[in-house]
Amino acid sequence: MGLGVDFRNTIAKRAAEEIHNGMVVNLGIGIPSLVPNHLPKNMMVMFHAENGITGMGPSPEKGMEDENLCNAGGFPVTLNPGGSYCDSTVAFGMIRRGRVDITILGSLQVSAQGDLANWIVPGKKVPGMGGAMELAQKARKVIVLMNHCDKAGNPKIVTSCTLPLTSAACVDMIITELAVFKVTPDGLLLTELFAPYDLQIVANRTECDFMVSDTIRKIAN
Amino acid sequence: MENPFGKVKTLEKVLEVFYNGMTLMFGGFGGVGSPPTLIDGILEKGIRDITLIGNDTGFPHIGIGKLVSQGRAIKVIASHIGSNPIAGKLMHEGRLEVEFSPQGILAERIRAGGVGLPAILSDIGMENELVSRNKPHFLLNGKDYLIETALTAEVSIVYAKKADPYGNLIYDKSARNTNPLVAMAGDITIAEVEEIVPLGSLDPNEIITPGVFVDHIIPSKGVNWKWAWE
Repeated sequence: MGLGVDFRNTIAKRAAEEIHNGMVVNLGIGIPSLVPNHLPKNMMVMFHAENGITGMGPSPEKGMEDENLCNAGGFPVTLNPGGSYCDSTVAFGMIRRGRVDITILGSLQVSAQGDLANWIVPGKKVPGMGGAMELAQKARKVIVLMNHCDKAGNPKIVTSCTLPLTSAACVDMIITELAVFKVTPDGLLLTELFAPYDLQIVANRTECDFMVSDTIRKIAN
Repeated sequence: MENPFGKVKTLEKVLEVFYNGMTLMFGGFGGVGSPPTLIDGILEKGIRDITLIGNDTGFPHIGIGKLVSQGRAIKVIASHIGSNPIAGKLMHEGRLEVEFSPQGILAERIRAGGVGLPAILSDIGMENELVSRNKPHFLLNGKDYLIETALTAEVSIVYAKKADPYGNLIYDKSARNTNPLVAMAGDITIAEVEEIVPLGSLDPNEIITPGVFVDHIIPSKGVNWKWAWE
């Protein structure tokens, strides 16, 4: 079930549509890190990093790295005009105070209620929550980008998460290589399908029930 | 270099404040902004049974990760250990106690300790057993909160770009991260700095940590590890 770069970019491109001029956006690792590549060149977006950067720019050219200018994953970045540095409390103040418009992150499971489980695989990996709980709970909009199923083919969109929750009822939108869902008070609503998939394939690979929008947008790959 | 406050020291001199079984708080995020010369000094002095408090456990050969991967810590209070597999291994073997705290709340607990407050109220991770376990609740204006206790340490170590002889500090880009908070929370705070500049040469408007919080200053020998991206 591994996804090629193209699928990852299809997901990232769709997520980029959610970003508007002037927004403050925090990106997780993996597919979310591809999102900036799909934004219009002239769009002003302030990318936020938990380690105290607002206005993060792309990776520097090889040889131009600054060891004291890295993203939260520890990799060298640059600073865009208008960017700033702050300490960790201020970086998280922006999150808890509701100043981060969107966080885009990966996940292990998401439930029909928008519960997010993305930080522990019991008995295997307990890396710690890092800043994920604050981002999931307090960013104004939480978008999950992930493979529709895990490597063993098990659905990752589930009736109820079996993995420990990062945060309950926090996800607003799920984008996979098959479809786009909005999380509503009544459960998941499928709004978009990626070619060449159809509703039956999505239903087969999704554990929980979901509603289907009256008008489904079909997105070509 | 003038040293009117007696704060500028040699590494050998400041190593006298470290001892087995101590609580040690460190600045840095994934090793960025962690003081390499002090960490090596602590290693070489053979200090062990340390309780470490800081954002994360770095990488096995980077930052505070060096102390962790050589088994010098008995407990870590951090938000993340994922980039240091040895920390995870020691935890699973029962040789390292790990207390996880959500990253921003950990930073606020350190800040609270640093500014003389006993605790903060938080609504982060309340439904999560790992976060809420053994923590008292407080009802404020009809809403339930966790009481997150402040953190202080016997010694804090930080990394800064410049210090003057009073210990006024400015930091470099994202290497600031937890350093200004950690600097306030130590009973004794040691700043390792890239450059020591004459008194009066730092722009007072740009000083991030006032020297009031800094007890000792040592010059850094610079980062001597290879970064994960190199």
